[in-house]
Formats: sequence, structure tokens, C-alpha cells
Amino acid sequence: MSHIRLENIVKTFRIARRRPGLWGAFHGVLRREYRTIKALDRVSFELERGELVGYIGPNGAGKSTTVKVLSGILVPDSGRCEIDGRVPWRDRIANAANIGVVFGQRTQLWWDLPVIESFDLLRDIYRVGSGDYARARDELAALMDLEPLYDVPVRQLSLGQRMRCDLAAALLHAPSVLFLDEPTIGLDAVSKLAVRGFIKRLNRERGVTVVLTTHDMDDIEALCDRVMVIGHGRILSDSTLDDLRARVTRERRLIIDLLDEDQTIADPDVSFVSRSGNRIHLQFDPDRVQTAALISRITAKYAIKDLFVENPPIEEIISRLYDEHELR
Amino acid sequence: MMNAFALYINYATLSLRGQMQYRVSFILGTLGQLLGTGVEFVGILALFDRFESLSQWSLAEVAFFYGLVNVAFAFTDSLSRGFDHVGDLVRTGEFDRMLLRPRSTVLQLIGKEFTLKRLGRFLQGGGVLIWSTLYLDIAWSPWVMALTAVTVFCGACFFLGLFINIGTLSFWTTETLELMNVLTYGGIEASKYPLAIYRPWFRRFFTMVIPMGCVTYFPVLAILGRTDPLGTSLAFQYAAPLFGLLYFILSLLIWRLGLRYYRSTGS
Amino acid sequence: MNPSFVLPYTAVLSARFRMLLQYRAAALAGFVTQIGWGAIRIMAMEAFYRSTTAPQPMNLEEVVTYVWLGQALLGLLPWNPDTEIRNMVRSGTVAYELVRPVNLYTYWFSRSLAFRIAPTLMRSIPLAMLALLFFGMQPPASPESLLVWLAATAGAVLLTTALTVILSITLMWTISGEGVAFLAAPIIYLLAGMVIPLPLFPEWAQFILEMLPFRGLCDAPFRLYMGHISVAEAWAVLLHQWIWIFILVGLGAWMLSRAKRRLVVQGG
Repeated sequence: MSHIRLENIVKTFRIARRRPGLWGAFHGVLRREYRTIKALDRVSFELERGELVGYIGPNGAGKSTTVKVLSGILVPDSGRCEIDGRVPWRDRIANAANIGVVFGQRTQLWWDLPVIESFDLLRDIYRVGSGDYARARDELAALMDLEPLYDVPVRQLSLGQRMRCDLAAALLHAPSVLFLDEPTIGLDAVSKLAVRGFIKRLNRERGVTVVLTTHDMDDIEALCDRVMVIGHGRILSDSTLDDLRARVTRERRLIIDLLDEDQTIADPDVSFVSRSGNRIHLQFDPDRVQTAALISRITAKYAIKDLFVENPPIEEIISRLYDEHELR
Repeated sequence: MMNAFALYINYATLSLRGQMQYRVSFILGTLGQLLGTGVEFVGILALFDRFESLSQWSLAEVAFFYGLVNVAFAFTDSLSRGFDHVGDLVRTGEFDRMLLRPRSTVLQLIGKEFTLKRLGRFLQGGGVLIWSTLYLDIAWSPWVMALTAVTVFCGACFFLGLFINIGTLSFWTTETLELMNVLTYGGIEASKYPLAIYRPWFRRFFTMVIPMGCVTYFPVLAILGRTDPLGTSLAFQYAAPLFGLLYFILSLLIWRLGLRYYRSTGS
Repeated sequence: MNPSFVLPYTAVLSARFRMLLQYRAAALAGFVTQIGWGAIRIMAMEAFYRSTTAPQPMNLEEVVTYVWLGQALLGLLPWNPDTEIRNMVRSGTVAYELVRPVNLYTYWFSRSLAFRIAPTLMRSIPLAMLALLFFGMQPPASPESLLVWLAATAGAVLLTTALTVILSITLMWTISGEGVAFLAAPIIYLLAGMVIPLPLFPEWAQFILEMLPFRGLCDAPFRLYMGHISVAEAWAVLLHQWIWIFILVGLGAWMLSRAKRRLVVQGG
């Protein structure tokens, strides 16, 4: 049985329309007009226990609505949803005890209190037994090096430190599902790498099912085997990263460092992308020309210092997918 | 239940420690509360100075009404800030965070902020209450003492019920802080005088719709040992505070409806 | 005056106005609240007047009108600092205000002017209409009284704005802000005549109340409206108001320049 299952979830919202200008404001006082938007339009997916899946899409696509439905905050208009056999919105409290949620933009820790006191309070809120609590806390502390931070008030933590504490806070009650909403937003490069490392280990070692929403494609590349893309409230794609790539674009990048800056490369099978100094970015379709053949042809013809082939960056793939579905 | 209580104590101590970090603000806030409720009493003093009595009620009696309602309200006021801010909590997403936790939202909101600043109102009301008893001739039997305690308790519950109503309303409209005032602060304003001086429609509203008279006017009559110009019996005066408790329970049920609405519409 | 010179001030005034008008639920709630408060106050005053036959400095009918005017114009009282400025001080973004190429005092004055007028405007007119029609509020004593009342109300608006700006500036002094405002609000409320009409205070207090600026916010304009202060004496009320407006604007501008210096030194 799958761990999380969504079936045809539909959720619509009513939004008040505002008119511009002073007169509009007066008008709004008297009468308001509404329009409805479909935040989720028959969203379905299933996650197995221990999966780490990326959930991406532009702002307003329905990511956070999905997470709200899954966490029992929002009741959908229709559709079915189960986590560990529970319907989140019908059984909010039991479901809440089974999930952990981290918002990168907001902390769930108490701003003015030392970190450890927030942890202690969460223990009471989640009714964690003191033995289980101490074990979970120490494990997480060892994993993320939290002990030095215990006595620091949350408001004095750096963003990276805070995120580590928030991750721990969401895991103290040993949830089987973790929702991460932009966990690396605003972090410096080192903290980003650290946070990614923790997420990976949590997922591998503890078997926590992780749903990761992010705009940082490096997060996806580093962590997720499976990627779901949502737009206009619909799941546009649900596959492995490689399949997504193959489906959106087959093209590869050929990057060449020339010996001579004045030289150019002309070949019928490649198209020009960009150039900076003596480095040239080219693009080719591996279905039309064999990679090895192309490379030997070019190396034979031009004076080349270095050459390598890579996949187009994930941002570009996602961006193409959005364009395909007119998401901008 | 015990667990919930322990959690609340935990919340409250943490909240207090947070407030203590801003000592100046805390002291000034308390003084402000003292002054804010104090000027109302200055008004009463000035009016009695000019008019000498209010219908058949003396200054000391009015002071007792005033003191008691302020003491009861001060308890609620220190517990209920969370409900005051439901609108803000919804806007900032913090309310969603509360829904993500395996606890009742009411408990979390009560625990949200324990405002010790309301000490100002408590001290002021308590001071006026004690001052009034010096001039009043109250027969302090065990029954009367018990009734006084029950009245303060049920009064605090009743007012908490009102705050819960306000929090419930903010699921529908985000700007509800002021509407609250007509019932809470307006109610306090009204119950500083005996209910009997008001017009009949008003008395009925604050007895039958919003049973505020039940936690202030009627039991206080029994405490003061006065016969009611409105003609209620002593038995009713003793039982009246329970209606305040009932109102509180009703408010909790309505809160649940509001929560259901919120969870079907989002913010 | 060069229009581009006043543009920033009128722009902030108008933007603030539009923003505040969006809170229609707040307006409705305030409206209901004020009617409730007015009714409670009036019923209590009725009971007091029933208890005495001695002549009072104000009759009940006048008290009723006084209370309703007070409820309708409650929003004009400087009972809190400008919430936008408070948020800026709290979040530390107030330093950005110094970057704007405008006179900061005038800028804040314009902002606070809208902050006081917009919410009041929305609720005062319907509330006064209702009170006039149903709740025993009397129309102005005479057309002349109406005129001097309007003049005095304009003065009250400037007075309240000057006080609001001062309250907002005090947020920048105290570590935790708000403190001074917390203390000032109830006192202003009492001394302006909102708790009970000022003429009902004991005789010995009258001289002090007359001298202080706060009667210019409510008491004096209200009494002009109902002819309790005659039109012939109106000049004294207006003079009193304008003297205090000058003093308070001067004080506010001075305080702001001091606060600004500190802000620059401390780097916000």
C-alpha cells in the first residue's frame, strides 16, 4: 500500500476583486466582486514509503495548496487523499502527529526563546515520551551539530543555523512524512550543501518520506529521483529527472575551449548557443548525430584545448516545460 | 486534560519569560493599563461628586460592580490575546502552523500569549474592589464568599467565550478587532454600573442574548445583600453565573464551525 | 506653490487614504461599536440626571449631543501612534525614511493626517446621521454655530495630527516603543472630554482643563456646535487651538530632528 495517495483532488478559491484608484476603493467599500480560481484541478499522485520527491512549479501553481491539503489544514472540494490510511482533514490531530512541516521562510520556533526551550515545548505539544524525545533530540543534534546552538535565542541564529534547528524541530516527534517548503531559500552555499546533506541522510537512514517544494533546481538535482511538476493546479509531469529531461529536450550541450580566440566553429549538426572569450557553447541532438562521431569530426577540424558534453541545466528544462504549458 | 493543563503552564511561563526580556515595555504597558482603566473610575468619581448618587446606588456599590467586573475581565484579558489576533495569525500563516500541530487550536491560542500587562487592570480593579468593601456592609458568610469566587471564575469564562466569538468571526472578515470592543470592552463599560439603571431592551440583551448580567449584576446583588429593583429571586442570583459558563461552552462549539469554514476556504 | 513640491505629500496622503478605505469591515465594526458605547454612556448619564434636581452646567439633552459627537469623531483622537510608522520602527526600516528627498516632518504629518481622517470620515457621517435621526442628537444650535464648529473641527484635525506625529516619534526613543503612547492615550482621552463631558468635572479642575491643549480636540468644538459656547466666544477657542497647533508642530519637528540625528549616529 502506498504511503501517500491523492486522487482527483479539486480545490477552488474565491478571490475578491479590487478596483484601482480612489473611486475604486470607495466602490469596494460598498460592493465587492469575486472570481473563483481553481487552485487544484484533479491532482492525483502516489508516494511510496521512503520516497524523496521534488514538487515544483511556478508561484501560484498549487504547490502550497497541495501541502495544505496533505497536512489537513485545508479540506478539498472533492477527491480522496490518504496518508498512512488516514484522511488528513478528517483526522487532523492524528495526521498532524505523523507529519513534519518546515517552511523555509518562517520558523516554527519561538522567536525570543533559546532553541532548547522550543524543543522542550514541542515535546509537550506533540506528547512525545521523555525517553523517545531525548533519543530523537540527541540523534538530530549529533547529525546537524545543534548542541552549541541550544542556549541561543532563535532571533540571534543565522539563517543556516535556524534552518537546521527548524529541521530538527519538525522531526522531534519522529514523523513518517516530511514536507519541506523551500528549505534552502536564502541560505549561503555552505549551508545549502549542509541542509541538502541532512535531508538526504534523513531520507536514507530513517526512511522518512520527503516532499520537497523548491525553486532551487540544484536542490532537485542533488536530492530527488522523482520530480512532479504542477502548473495551473494540474500535475503536468511526474517522472524521474532523467525522463523529464528526455521528454522535454533531447539536446545536449557541447562546450569547447578553443586555442585561438578568433576561431569559430561551423558544423551542420550543431547550433550556436553562446560564447565567452575562447569558450563556446554549442548544442546538438544525439539522435541525429552520434556523439563520438561529432566529437572526432570537430577535433579533427579545429585546434581545441578542451571539450566536454553535458546535459542542459535543469532550469532550462523546467523553463521549457513552463513555456510549453504557457505558465508565465 | 492534565496534560493540556501542564502544556498550558509551560506555554505561560515561556511567554512570561519572553515578556520579561522587554522590561521597560512591560512596566510601561502595565502602567498604561492601570491608567487606562483608572481614567474610567476617575469619570465615575467626578460624576458622583456632582450628582451624589446614581438612582438608589451609592458610590461604594458602583465601585464594587466596577471592581468585580474588572478583576474577572483581567483574568480573561491576560489569556485571550491569541483570539484577538486570529486575523493576523491567519494572514501570516501562523494559524496554519497551529493546525499542523496535534493539539486543539483553542488550547494553542490561549497558550499563544500570556499577557502579564493586564496586571494593570487587575490591580486597579482589585484596588477599587477592596476600597469599596471598606465602605460596604457585606455579610461575608461562606456562601457569599463562595459566590464571589464563582462569579469571578464564571465571569472570566464568559468573557473568554466572547473573545472566542471574536476569533471565530475573523475567519470571515479579517478586521474584527473593533467589533469585539462593543461586546467586551463595551460590556465592561456597561457592567461598571448596575444593570438596573439601563433601559429594558438593553437589560434584556445583556441577560438573555449575551448573559453578561448573569456574571456581574445578579450575583453581585446577592453579595451586596440588596433586593433587585428588577425583582429577581435570591436563588436566581446564586445560579446566574452558570449561564456565563454555558455561554463559554456554546462559544467553543461555534468556534468549531468557524474552523470548519476556514479549512474549506483557506485564507 | 510649485505643484511638484507638494506632490510627495499629497501622494502619500492619497495612497494612505485609499488603503484605509479598503477596511470596510473595520468601518462597519467601528460603527456598531461606537453606537453601542454611545448608548451605554447616554443611559448611564440619564440615570445620573434622574438622581438629581439640582441645576447642572449642562443639561441632559446637551450631554446626549456631546456624547454622540464624541462617538462619531472618536477616530480623530490621537489615541495611538501611526501604525505604519510603528511597524517601520519595529522592523528597523524607519532608517529608509531618511533616504527620501522630502521634509520628513511634513511627510509624516501628511501620512498621519490621512491615518486620522480616512477611518473617521467613513464612520462619522453615517453615525451622526443615525444619531440625529433616531438617538436624540440635536442639530447645530444655529448656522453660525455650524460654521464655527467646522472651523474648530479643522483645528482639531490639525491638533490631533500634530499629537499623533509626536506619539509616533516617541516610538523611536524608548527601546520597546509604545510606552509613552500607552501612557498618553488614556490621559488624552480623559482630558479631551471623552470619558465625561469636561463641564461636569468639579469646578476646581476647570481652569486646568481650559488651559491644556486637549479640550481643543473634542470638548470645545462640541460645545460650539451645540451653542454651549456662544459664537461670540468662538475666537477664543480657535485661538487656543492654533496656539497649541503651533507649539505642538514645533515640538514635533524639533523632536524628529533630534531623533533623526540619533538614528544617523546609531545607524538605525
